[in-house]
Amino acid sequence: MKKRKKGARTVTKVIEEIKSVAEEIYNKILKKKQPELKTPLRSLINVKYDEKEGYFELLGKVKSRTLTASTVKTFAQTLRMMSLSKELVEGDDIASKREAYYISKNWEEARFREQPESDTVMDDIEAMLMVNREQLGFIPEEKGGEVAGKLIVIDKDRDTGKEIKIDCTKMGSGAYSIPISVEDLKFETNAKFVLAIETAGMFQRLVKHNYWKQANCILVSLGGVPTRACRRFVRRLSDDMKLPVYVFTDGDPYGFLNIYRTLKVGSGNAAHINKYFCVPKAQFIGITPQDIIDYKLPTHPLKEIDVKRVKDGIKNDPFVQNHKQWQKALNQIVGMKVRAEQQALAKHGLNFVISDYLPKKIKDSKTWLP
Amino acid sequence: MAEPKAYELAKKQRDIGIAEFFARNRHLLGFDNKRKALMTAIKEAVDNSLDACEEAAILPEIIVEVIDMGNERFRVVVEDNGPGIIKNQIPKIFAKLLYGSKFHRLKQSRGQQGIGISAAVMYAQLTTGRAAKIISKIDPKEPAHYYELHIDTQKNKPEILKEETKEWNKEHGTRVEIDIEASYQGGQQSIDEYLKETAITNPHCTIIYTNPKAQQIIFPRAVDSMPSEPKEIQPHPYGVEIGVMISMLGTTESRTLQSFLTTEFSRVGSGTAKQICENAALLPNTKPGDMSREMIEKLMEGIKKTKLISPPTDCISPIGEEQLEKGLKKEINAEFYTAVTRPPAVYRGNPFIIEAGIAYGGEQEAEGQIRVMRFANRVPLLFQQGACAVTKSITQTAWRTYGLSQSSNSMPQGPCTILVHVASVWVPFTSESKEAIAHYPEIIKEIKLALQECGRELASYVRKKRKIHEEGKKRSYIETYIPHVGTALKELLGLKDNDREKVESMLKEVLEKHRGKLESIEAENTEYDEEFAQIGHEEEKEGGEDSD
Repeated sequence: MKKRKKGARTVTKVIEEIKSVAEEIYNKILKKKQPELKTPLRSLINVKYDEKEGYFELLGKVKSRTLTASTVKTFAQTLRMMSLSKELVEGDDIASKREAYYISKNWEEARFREQPESDTVMDDIEAMLMVNREQLGFIPEEKGGEVAGKLIVIDKDRDTGKEIKIDCTKMGSGAYSIPISVEDLKFETNAKFVLAIETAGMFQRLVKHNYWKQANCILVSLGGVPTRACRRFVRRLSDDMKLPVYVFTDGDPYGFLNIYRTLKVGSGNAAHINKYFCVPKAQFIGITPQDIIDYKLPTHPLKEIDVKRVKDGIKNDPFVQNHKQWQKALNQIVGMKVRAEQQALAKHGLNFVISDYLPKKIKDSKTWLP
Repeated sequence: MAEPKAYELAKKQRDIGIAEFFARNRHLLGFDNKRKALMTAIKEAVDNSLDACEEAAILPEIIVEVIDMGNERFRVVVEDNGPGIIKNQIPKIFAKLLYGSKFHRLKQSRGQQGIGISAAVMYAQLTTGRAAKIISKIDPKEPAHYYELHIDTQKNKPEILKEETKEWNKEHGTRVEIDIEASYQGGQQSIDEYLKETAITNPHCTIIYTNPKAQQIIFPRAVDSMPSEPKEIQPHPYGVEIGVMISMLGTTESRTLQSFLTTEFSRVGSGTAKQICENAALLPNTKPGDMSREMIEKLMEGIKKTKLISPPTDCISPIGEEQLEKGLKKEINAEFYTAVTRPPAVYRGNPFIIEAGIAYGGEQEAEGQIRVMRFANRVPLLFQQGACAVTKSITQTAWRTYGLSQSSNSMPQGPCTILVHVASVWVPFTSESKEAIAHYPEIIKEIKLALQECGRELASYVRKKRKIHEEGKKRSYIETYIPHVGTALKELLGLKDNDREKVESMLKEVLEKHRGKLESIEAENTEYDEEFAQIGHEEEKEGGEDSD
């Protein structure tokens, strides 16, 4: 079996890590001591917003799994999952999150009932070993997002290992699909900025009308909350190509707190890997509450869950707590009791977004949110 | 002019003999149906035998024989090793209603009225026409006296059909043989059950029982000492009603009211007697025989106004917590037992003691009503459970706090047996057949206190058991995952199979070390006697009906 060149060092490292955790447990058992697995608590209550670096960082809180009625199952499952990971890495194989869930069906009482349970254990192992899940041999199911515009991606041919250049201006009415692992990609570009777009619909409109040509930019479709690969991809464009990143979402709490916040500073759930999987330099140019007023946009009433999300954000989200402007905007939208979609701009004509909204927005940084 | 109708009616008016009255109202004495008749006849004879033996301080050995003579006729034989009865008394005791030594005597005993055995003799006479055959011997040196008796129901007098002396190979004792119309059934209200429960609360007696199927069952003596002899006491003024007071005043030998009060009653000294007289506005030297009805009423008032010390309570002989628990263990294979003897209390001047016991869990039915065993002066009460003060006390106790399920004011449910014993110098029954205890508030209160005491013990057991059960469940849940830890470590570290086994056994040790030994609190019952417990339960289906 062919060994992955780049991986060789990380592979041994990951296996060493897994083994050392297992050995620690084994030795404890031999000493008749209660074995224990400690994993960082992955939640907003265990992160702080690092203002200087611009992302969420883990605090010290950990959860412990041991031989108690409430934790023993997860304790056993974590060990079995580590064993599966070791097998995958050693065999240079991968399993998708869903496949891993199905493999657990062989584990009798230790099997996972639903996939979220196995995803959680997987994320815990990641956080415990401070590696990302791809290094453990697990890959996500979801696509990483789509790209069009002034960018050439340099990848390798699977069979020959030769470099392939993919020109994202030559995708026609389609787009380049971000792969699950973006670490080995290289880029060539002379674009001025990256525009990350919430919905595929808006992305399609901008592609269709060659907005990227007009604005000399790279368009990325996030497709909802951006996947890790998508976040990493945009981050690399931001870091390696030194491009500003603008984020264009709906004017609602989901767009603000789930999509934008996650892209920019990461999530509580994945705080252990936020360092790599976020784009601290991103700026919000989506629909702000003020835009709803200024552009007289058609709206929908705010749902109960939206209000709850805002209150939760103001109370618990360290990112919001660090940004007065966001607090103001969130309070404003709750006060207005309405939300507006990106597509609502079509009220002023289908191409209003291209001809007016985006150029104006990008020019005037005062209308942005941090 | 015709004679006034009253003259004509007067021709039909006449004395009703007490025996005649009871002959027509046999249900008042517990002979209301054939099945119950068998039970009552035996019960009366056995009660008498036990009372006699105890009064003479003899460890009772009682032989009970029931012979099926076909055609719903049964011969009942009860023989004891008691002190025997002197010749002259035999006819009266067995063939005259309301003749006895125990009526209005204030002493804890089984019999009270002097009706029971003669009622059985009368019932025999009514249903089969056969005479009762009695043999009694009072001393090895004396001959035994044999009688065949009927009752003259009009005059309530014995009718002696045969009288002779006989050789009887026994030092002393009495044997009764009657033929009655009856039917035999097993089950919870059977003679078998009655004798078994008698054995539970009378561990000092041996009963040898031959049932109509000619099977012999022996309930051997469990303790070799007599229960403490109950003492006879004088009545307490608070417990005497005006009628009794009138007759006591009429028969007393005392010359003054004051000395009448001090000599005929308990807890009345000369000071108290003077105070009663003062409260009654009567002179202490009033002659008892000269007192008018009004004066006696004043005396009753005076007694009510005077504060009196409660009657002495050492006159009662309880079964005792240890013996009660032992009895329960013999009968029921449960996992938890508790019993309590309450301190003596008083109702209407009569001292009494309540005892209660609980057997919980084990082989008892988890569903359905609990089982209740009632006793009065060591006699099992098998009928009229619904009318009894014991039942009322149980339903009025909040069993849910003690770990049994119960809808409000009804019998609790669950795998449980509750035993209640009421011991008193005078047990207030609801009827002459002595099947249910009357609802005196003082008695109900005491029963409830006894039940609560047992209940608290039960609750702490049930709680502990639940906790242990939870812990056991948790532990076995945790243990399910130990092999997975073993397998994972084996795969992760390339262990061999015996290393994996070592990991698994070590983990079990760690678990034990951290959670402590799993306790076991279930009582180990070495007293349980399966054959014994089976008695009275063979034909439950037909046997459960209460017939009153």
